Amino acid sequence: MWSSPFITQPSSVSQIMLRVLLALIPGIALYVWYFGPAILVSIVLASATALATEAAMLKLRQRPLKPFLTDNSALLTAWLLALSIPPLAPWWLVVVGTAFAIAVSKHLYGGLGNNPFNPAMIGYAVLIISFPAHMTHWLTPHALAGTELTFGEQLDYIFNSVLPKGLSLDAVTMATPLDTLKTQLHLGLSVDNIRDMPIYGRLAGKGSEMVSIGFAIGGIYLLLTRIISWHLPVAFLATLFATAGIFHLLDPAHYVTPLFHWFSGAAMLGAFFILTDPVTSPTTTKGKLYFAFGAGLLTYLIRAFGGFPDGIAFATLLMNICVPLIDAWTQPKVFGKKGGGK
Amino acid sequence: MRPLFKFHGGIHPPTHKAESTGSPIAQAALPSKLVISLHQHVGNRAVPVVQVGERVLKGQIIGRPEGRLSSAVHASTSGTVSAIDMQLVAHQSGLPDLCVTLVPDGKEEWIPHSGVDYKQVAHTDLRHMLRQAGVVGLGGAVFPSDMKSYSHKHKIRTLVLNGAECEPYITCDDMLMRERAGDILRGAEVLRELLYAEEVLIGIEDNKPEAIAAMQQAVLGDKHAHMEVIAVPTLYPGGGAKQLIRVLTGIEVAAGVRSTEMGVQCFNVATAYCVWRAITYGEPLLSRIVTVTGNVEHAQNFEVLLGTPVDELVAQAGSKPDTERHIMGGPMMGVDLPSGSVGVTKATNCIIEASSRLFPPPPPALPCIRCTRCADVCPAELQPQDLYWFAKAKDFGKAQEYHLFDCIECGACAYVCPSQIPLVQYYRFAKSEIWQREREAQAAELARERHEFRLTRIEREKQEKAERLAQKEKAALAAKTAAPAPTPEPAAVAKAATDPDDTLQMRIDAAVARAKEQAAVAQPKNTDTLTPEQQAEIAAIEARRANIREMAAHAGADDEPPKSNQG
Ligand code: SF4
Ligand code: SF4
Repeated sequence: MWSSPFITQPSSVSQIMLRVLLALIPGIALYVWYFGPAILVSIVLASATALATEAAMLKLRQRPLKPFLTDNSALLTAWLLALSIPPLAPWWLVVVGTAFAIAVSKHLYGGLGNNPFNPAMIGYAVLIISFPAHMTHWLTPHALAGTELTFGEQLDYIFNSVLPKGLSLDAVTMATPLDTLKTQLHLGLSVDNIRDMPIYGRLAGKGSEMVSIGFAIGGIYLLLTRIISWHLPVAFLATLFATAGIFHLLDPAHYVTPLFHWFSGAAMLGAFFILTDPVTSPTTTKGKLYFAFGAGLLTYLIRAFGGFPDGIAFATLLMNICVPLIDAWTQPKVFGKKGGGK
Repeated sequence: MRPLFKFHGGIHPPTHKAESTGSPIAQAALPSKLVISLHQHVGNRAVPVVQVGERVLKGQIIGRPEGRLSSAVHASTSGTVSAIDMQLVAHQSGLPDLCVTLVPDGKEEWIPHSGVDYKQVAHTDLRHMLRQAGVVGLGGAVFPSDMKSYSHKHKIRTLVLNGAECEPYITCDDMLMRERAGDILRGAEVLRELLYAEEVLIGIEDNKPEAIAAMQQAVLGDKHAHMEVIAVPTLYPGGGAKQLIRVLTGIEVAAGVRSTEMGVQCFNVATAYCVWRAITYGEPLLSRIVTVTGNVEHAQNFEVLLGTPVDELVAQAGSKPDTERHIMGGPMMGVDLPSGSVGVTKATNCIIEASSRLFPPPPPALPCIRCTRCADVCPAELQPQDLYWFAKAKDFGKAQEYHLFDCIECGACAYVCPSQIPLVQYYRFAKSEIWQREREAQAAELARERHEFRLTRIEREKQEKAERLAQKEKAALAAKTAAPAPTPEPAAVAKAATDPDDTLQMRIDAAVARAKEQAAVAQPKNTDTLTPEQQAEIAAIEARRANIREMAAHAGADDEPPKSNQG
């Protein structure tokens, strides 16, 4: 026998995830525009691996395939991971990272909804720790590239590790703007000198700043359609801005502007797409604010003082650990129990 | 404009109200038989006072109220009692209950009845009239109105008249307000008088402009001072008493608190109407307005005699052949009726004929993705995803800690869940499990104490036997050695025989009293003031609990049964 409610709103997990995938498209389009289509190869590779791993794990766990394969959550993990890996990375890097993310950090924890850590960020962390060298060969934006690989040559490199004769990898790749900043500061240059380097644009890295804007646009779409609530992105970006701002004001020669932090690395992607993963973020409103505050602070500290170029992934994972505690501590008062009432 | 307050969350399901508001309220045809449940209200079931074969008149009491929280049940028309037995009833438990079956004679012959002028009659007498007239809350709450129209401790400032009717499909209050606004307000005056309330706020959702206009007209036309009709935003579950009180007055009535403690009392508009009929005309509650809608040819509201079988009622609206089920109430909180043969009760505000075309079964549930859409819409401001998690893990203590019993089972969370998880079912399951455990714990405690008394008694008997034996031996010895000993003093014998039993009985009684006390104290959290549905459920469970206690008492039959076992 049924019981009430007898009607439900026709919304579904797959729809929500699909919207999030859609919202990634402006950023991806700009990525292709500024860096070439290699990223699409990573995305396709990651997607295929994610679906295959998901299917295999579901089989192993004796779960029905259809509802889970079509819930789009594996695809979202794949896309987010692909966007965090250098597009020219060898194919197996993408495959290993994605397979690990899906098999271990999602299914071994119980599958959709039960994973305490953001799977894409686990995949990223595993790769950057295991294969640090491969994770630093980022493509040079068109505007700066002396030589550029054709799409065919890119594919050749991704799948066969073969570059055209006479070309070294250094000629077509470079460190990320955040990474460059860090190394140059170590070499004793001041922020102003560094910012004069050609790889920097108006806000942050040339090209990459535009990609960040693309992700921000997608994020605003998610906010407007209420797929995500404002708490996480706003609190995260505000914290990052404020912390960076304080350091910048204290010592402008050594600390870049807050806007630079907003538009470099995965800040926008993190704010709107990674931190907002509902499964691994707090459920209470207050908890969301604390979580985003912690992630913003950690991101800045790792970026400015830590050993990795970007702090989003580790900040996210560290804050993921705290989620149960945050949720337990921020339980809101229920109806009628506010204002010290009974 | 009066400032309105907001409650947290809420949803906007499609209303489907237009279907049944096209034609005025119709009088439902006299059915072939009436199946009148003797348990129409929260509290004790009425006690049958008629016999099979007896002819009864319309309005005659067939069930007398039993205990404080109870209400009378009447014959809805004149006819012959054909059965008094257990039958399926319109209740979510799906369990049978005692019903009186009446075959109408078509004469509609009334008992003599007459009303009073409420201003000339003492309040206690008015309340007694309501109890005898079987007036209970008609908003689905079915709480006896005589009990609700009384606040001895707290000053009531505001009487809220609930005309919100927020559930989709239901329009019985809407139509009643459109057609009988005057009598509703007169009834509200009686209730205001009984409660000494200062003001009456009539809340109606703004998707019922005709009802609002009619009620406003009646307020002005009949010069009801202190009354105000207020359009409240259409937002489910804005018609929940607590939500409406919040919207109109800003007061939040917590679970476990009676609204009267905060100076507010809330009655449904249809209840006010019945109060007026009962007081001024001496008319018992014999019929109510029922919306018949859903999978029917022409959805409409009917004035239906209580006890009318649902089958016969829906036939009048042209129930379509592919109808699979009858839902009583709205689609959000309604119950699936166990059978079409059940009789309409005072709680039957709406019958929705359901087919899988109209209400397709939901797709299989996916895991919770913690998206908190459920928490965003929960009017009780709970964290439904956590409650779901605890209920699923059978971590009932945690569920209670996270305020499971504040859940009003409105279904808003399940409505929005993108994983299509039947959340409310999990909450009902958890609640019933908690009650069940409570029951078992009490039964076990009782059994443990019984067992201990039994051991004590056996021990004592052994000792006595040994003593008697020793005495006998001693006596025999004495008889052998000396002249026959004097017989023991009779009084002493009597004393020896009765004394231990006496103390034993006293100790048993004391223990039983203790157990009872414990049972009274060990109530689940947050169960003091519940929605009437919950109270009904608890009442049903209480009944079963009493049953178990009785069984436990008989199970220990080799033990001396305590003097009283009705805990
Ligand atoms: S709406 Fe459903 S999926 Fe989302 S948090 Fe609530 S229970 Fe989980
Ligand atoms: S059913 Fe309970 S938990 Fe769900 S929205 Fe209503 S009150 Fe909240």
